[in-house]
Amino acid sequence: MLMAINNYRYLLPMSAEFLPTGIQITYLVAASLFILGLKKLGSPATARQGNVVAAVGMLLAIAATLLDRQVLNYEMILLGLAIGSVVGAIAAYKVQMTEMPQMVGLLNGLGGAASALVAFAEFWRLWQHGQVIPLDTNISILLDVLIGGVTFTGSIMAFAKLQGIVSGSPITFPLQQPINAFLLGSYIAGSAFLLTASSPNLAVFLVIVAISLILGVMFVIPIGGGDMPVVISLLNSFSGLAAAAAGFVVMNNMLIVAGALVGASGIILTEIMCKAMNRSLLSVLFGAFGSSGNTDAASSGTGTKNQTVRTIDPEEGAMMLGYARSVVIVPGYGMAVAQAQHSVRELADQLERLGVDVKYAIHPVAGRMPGHMNVLLAEANVPYEQLYDMEDINPQFEQTDVALVIGANDVVNPAARSDVNSPIYGMPILEVDKAKQTIVIKRGMSTGFAGVENDLFYKEKTTMLFGNAKEMVAKLVAQIKQL
Amino acid sequence: MTEALIAALFVFVLASFTGFEVINKVPPTLHTPLMSGSNAISGIAVLGAILASGAKEWNLSVVLGLIAVVLATVNVVGGFLVTDRMLQMFRKKTTN
Repeated sequence: MLMAINNYRYLLPMSAEFLPTGIQITYLVAASLFILGLKKLGSPATARQGNVVAAVGMLLAIAATLLDRQVLNYEMILLGLAIGSVVGAIAAYKVQMTEMPQMVGLLNGLGGAASALVAFAEFWRLWQHGQVIPLDTNISILLDVLIGGVTFTGSIMAFAKLQGIVSGSPITFPLQQPINAFLLGSYIAGSAFLLTASSPNLAVFLVIVAISLILGVMFVIPIGGGDMPVVISLLNSFSGLAAAAAGFVVMNNMLIVAGALVGASGIILTEIMCKAMNRSLLSVLFGAFGSSGNTDAASSGTGTKNQTVRTIDPEEGAMMLGYARSVVIVPGYGMAVAQAQHSVRELADQLERLGVDVKYAIHPVAGRMPGHMNVLLAEANVPYEQLYDMEDINPQFEQTDVALVIGANDVVNPAARSDVNSPIYGMPILEVDKAKQTIVIKRGMSTGFAGVENDLFYKEKTTMLFGNAKEMVAKLVAQIKQL
Repeated sequence: MTEALIAALFVFVLASFTGFEVINKVPPTLHTPLMSGSNAISGIAVLGAILASGAKEWNLSVVLGLIAVVLATVNVVGGFLVTDRMLQMFRKKTTN
């Protein structure tokens, strides 16, 4: 009986599917809630509400799907939903705010894997019944396996790179490009075979699955850790497209709408991120393939090394800060890694107690993702009004007494403005070198993600406080309390 | 191409344009929450997983479908909750 229904599904146009009207109407409501939720997510006042609206949409969509006549296996599906919910909830509450990019990457990978599995399950079902797979279903399955597979392994690689399980530096090896071309060629050849074969061929299909999974890894390993946010954003878009492809496989409008929405949002976000880093998406994705280009950049800055840096101790730093009229704090990923956001907040409180005007300058890509730094500072209860975007704060640096750079590097490198040969030339930066004094808290003289020497550290107006961001800020707080 | 496929393509393309428009103007502050929120929505794959694992008799399709149900649910629940956690922090300071 069930088989008959399932077989029938592929012979009839969608409108004649046996899905009761109620389910379709619920899907329509859920799709509207997704669009409404995404819209609300775009504004600070309504963002949280928007998230809830989207979640309600998801709940409706899932409930409606459980009512589908095709779904008979309730116990196991409910068990699966329960297990997934518990794991998801635990992960969501345990994750550190600094690990948010990895978390999004990992969740993203799971979504991609789920979409690919749907295609695999559908192929297996049709193969078992020895049916000829309709051409459109076949194309959808093949696309779903490719996009879902790449999303899965690519996201896992991005997660591993950000988590430090795999080296963050680009991984290249001889014949990388020919191997990629060969893999892609094999995928296309295998797909062509499956599309023209008279009956489904499991062996070829398995090869297609394997190639898709390998392509995901190959896609991410040559990209450096600094570019991972762009990659995750792009993979977020892919996971949407994979869901949409799964929608074409099972011919479900809900999947197609939601998948397309996410696919579009991911592309927009990726574009914004690339713009903020002054990189084109192509150079992010294929930069390491040109191999020699990137390593030159690191060594070209060696000329500045014979200059000296001026270091101070926390006591001097506290005096500079405490007696300033205005201080702009520039937090970077170093601050996030050291979990120093709460100490920084305390420092700002102490400075305000002394009547110092304190502002935070947020570079669009401070942290690991756009907006990541805002989340971290919000976690530490930093008032929203004190956070300034790059365009708003840059004109103010000239009137600033002290710019305090905490664990940021490339985003304050003046070479982006002046040195045409620098790999980061043209990237918008926070112009801390225009402040009357600049204090940089940094662990050592190592370069940032771009691997470029920073002239800022050698300027006359710049003083360095070497040490872990959290400890150093705590020392500053202790000293300022005594002022 | 079947009529159903054409209809589905229409839905896909129009939804994509809706996605571009809806998300077009978002302050940078909200990019991370937006990314994780939209990521949760991509867990919609759970519907496909439920449909794939719906059959009563056991076979590999059902097993794969059930694995997909678990993975996609982690994506959905984890994604929405973690987004809420982030946005909760923004809210605190506006009400304080």
